[in-house]
Amino acid sequence: MVKKKMIAMLLAGGQGSRLGVLTAKVAKPAVSFGVKYRIIDFPLSNCVNSQVDTVGVLTQYRPLRLNAHIGIGIPWDLDKRSGGVSILPPYEKSADTEWYTGTANAIYQNMEFMERYNPDYVLILSGDHIYKMDYEEMLQNHKKNNADLSIASMPVPWEEASRFGIVVSDDDGRITAFQEKPKEPKSNLASMGIYIFNWSVLKEALIAQKDVPGCDFGKHIIPYCFDNGKRLFTYEFTGYWKDVGTLSSYWEANMELVDLVPEFNLYEDFWQIYTQTDTLLPQYMAKGASAERCIIGGGSEIYGTLCHSVIGANVIIGEGSKIQDSIIMEGAKIGRNVKMKKAIIAENVVIGDNVVLGEGVYAESKLDPRVYNSDLVTVAENSVIPSDVTVGVNTAIVGVTEKEDYPDGRLEDGGFIVKEGGRA
Amino acid sequence: MKTLGIILAGGNSKRMKELTSKRAIAAMPIAGSFRAIDFALSNMSSSQIGTVAVIAQYSSRSLNEHLNSSKWWDFGRKQGGLYLFNPTITPDNKEWYRGTADAIAQNLDFLYERHEPYVVIASGDGIYKLDYNEVIAYHNAHDADITVVCKDVPEGTDVSRFGVVSTDSEGRITTWEEKPVQSALTTINCGVYIIRRRLLISLMEQCLEMEWTDFVRDVLVRQKNVRKIMAYRMDGFWTNITTVDAYYNANMSFLDPEIRHHFFSEYPVVQTKVDDYAPVKYNAGAQAVNSLLCNGVIMNGMVENSILSQKVYVGNHSQVKNCIVLGDAYISDNVNLEYCIVESHTKIEEGTVLKGTPDNIKIIRN
Repeated sequence: MVKKKMIAMLLAGGQGSRLGVLTAKVAKPAVSFGVKYRIIDFPLSNCVNSQVDTVGVLTQYRPLRLNAHIGIGIPWDLDKRSGGVSILPPYEKSADTEWYTGTANAIYQNMEFMERYNPDYVLILSGDHIYKMDYEEMLQNHKKNNADLSIASMPVPWEEASRFGIVVSDDDGRITAFQEKPKEPKSNLASMGIYIFNWSVLKEALIAQKDVPGCDFGKHIIPYCFDNGKRLFTYEFTGYWKDVGTLSSYWEANMELVDLVPEFNLYEDFWQIYTQTDTLLPQYMAKGASAERCIIGGGSEIYGTLCHSVIGANVIIGEGSKIQDSIIMEGAKIGRNVKMKKAIIAENVVIGDNVVLGEGVYAESKLDPRVYNSDLVTVAENSVIPSDVTVGVNTAIVGVTEKEDYPDGRLEDGGFIVKEGGRA
Repeated sequence: MKTLGIILAGGNSKRMKELTSKRAIAAMPIAGSFRAIDFALSNMSSSQIGTVAVIAQYSSRSLNEHLNSSKWWDFGRKQGGLYLFNPTITPDNKEWYRGTADAIAQNLDFLYERHEPYVVIASGDGIYKLDYNEVIAYHNAHDADITVVCKDVPEGTDVSRFGVVSTDSEGRITTWEEKPVQSALTTINCGVYIIRRRLLISLMEQCLEMEWTDFVRDVLVRQKNVRKIMAYRMDGFWTNITTVDAYYNANMSFLDPEIRHHFFSEYPVVQTKVDDYAPVKYNAGAQAVNSLLCNGVIMNGMVENSILSQKVYVGNHSQVKNCIVLGDAYISDNVNLEYCIVESHTKIEEGTVLKGTPDNIKIIRN
């Protein structure tokens, strides 16, 4: 019988609605990050670097890009005879067919998958954080504590603590209280959404809680284990860990990569991050082009001027264009004499000539102030922006837009254009 | 499943100077992120040739490393695969490969055991894109015994490093000249041959018997009056890298957007082994002009008209002009290089000034 010490279950089904138009057509774990990666590459690479060779990826929202990206797991060496990566979408059952209604519910619905591998431990991960972490070390810690459940946690600023699951622990790391998104946090040690369960404990809790609507780890499973006297421990993590759940945190995390010696360093041979890449082309800088404080992907052809920006693979930037403080994702084509400041341009966007993006004064978003609340211009994948228009700050653009969509040639600050379609 | 590929990647050339002291020509880096053999392998793969034997001998370690998995070129299927044949000692053979024909003849077992009717023999040092199926169609249309892929060059081109041929009006090869000091012929032999497997076997058996070793001299030239040997003239870019100058120029031609488009954008594109280096990083003060830079490069200084392979580091205030810098080279601060080829893993100390000329490219290595 197959016997795996620890298998990982990676929750990748969420939309990540606070990334606005970036996740309009793609699940958050599949959003590109740091030129050539997608967010899910980080937990997947952590798995293989930690010798976890069996990973179930639970998908639900818009899974096409994720499926295409992961394939059979070749880039992560997860194409294995026993184990490897399996994509686990919701499926029809003879009775009670349902979507994944919560994080724990999703895991519960894949009980059979976990049982196939007969694991001692199950590692629960989410597909929306940027970090490098050795899960093997966390497992050692879990065993040393003789724990039933270990929760990776790290200190966060007190004012942000109420956004997280908060753990309170004693000197040995044993958890003495757990608060899910508390109004008055008792500590600033936040759960990172990374758990190691003893398989028997997880199984018992999932079965006991199976009828809870929207069964969730933070709200139901962890409190259940705690109330039943299980041994819960924290595993305190001190490395780089970044939640990229909002447009400004996504923008910041990308920009940190261009620092002279980035805190999150992708240039080390140790603990490599793997990703699906098509062929690997060199990147071309033309005569008259320049780039300072930038990272640029393979196959890109740069004719303009770049400053403090993150440019994806196979991007073309036309002559005379000036790009500053921006993220441009794979396959985007930027025309000539474009001025761009603080923009996030998603994959395969086409921008015409003489376009100005990010010029104006902050104004509250007319689309959704909870999502759009910074100076950023956000352009969804496959969108088109015509030549000779100006786009204000805190704006969002989706779809194939035409000159008529820009009254007086301008999209006002805080404005948005959402149109059907996109370029194929 | 009708064609078998053989790539001759065992050769060395004295005219590559120190560049081949640590690797076979077929493993020489091209355009930063590719190796010479990628072009032949990608042509095989995109011509639906699923079974390919790479015959290696000279300094084959880096070639073996590059071919550590056949999946990069989509080989390694249940049907077919990528085979690497190094010289081997057997009870009845104690010889290295003594030439191109001998290299094939020593691997006759491979040819006996296959069933594909055609064989494409390609050299591992050619930089070109070609659908071998078109050559096979031509081969059959002309009822040829052997077809040789050729390239016409403008009159007056120095052909002294090539084999050149002339043909009759139908395209049958009538004259051969191998690396002539001077020649009026302008049709270059590109080192790609189409031949039926059965015929190749009988020719190789003859080579073994007669101790003939060279495919051009001992097979093609000797057979030209009895076998119908046709020239297939290819269009499009072709070069090979048998001298330092040719290597330098072949790389620099990738600074031309049309050449890049031809190889990198037009389907089918060239494939290579996948690496996992981070994107190119331009720190404050970095400048790159008309240059190609590969993943893993960290730029602080200035490069112009140059090609930087993976993981090259360029220090502050350094200037690199008209250079090819191979993988993992470290260029410290205040270095000034012109017309150089920097070997992989070379460390260039602070303040070094090294200048070659367009006619005398300097090779720098530790």
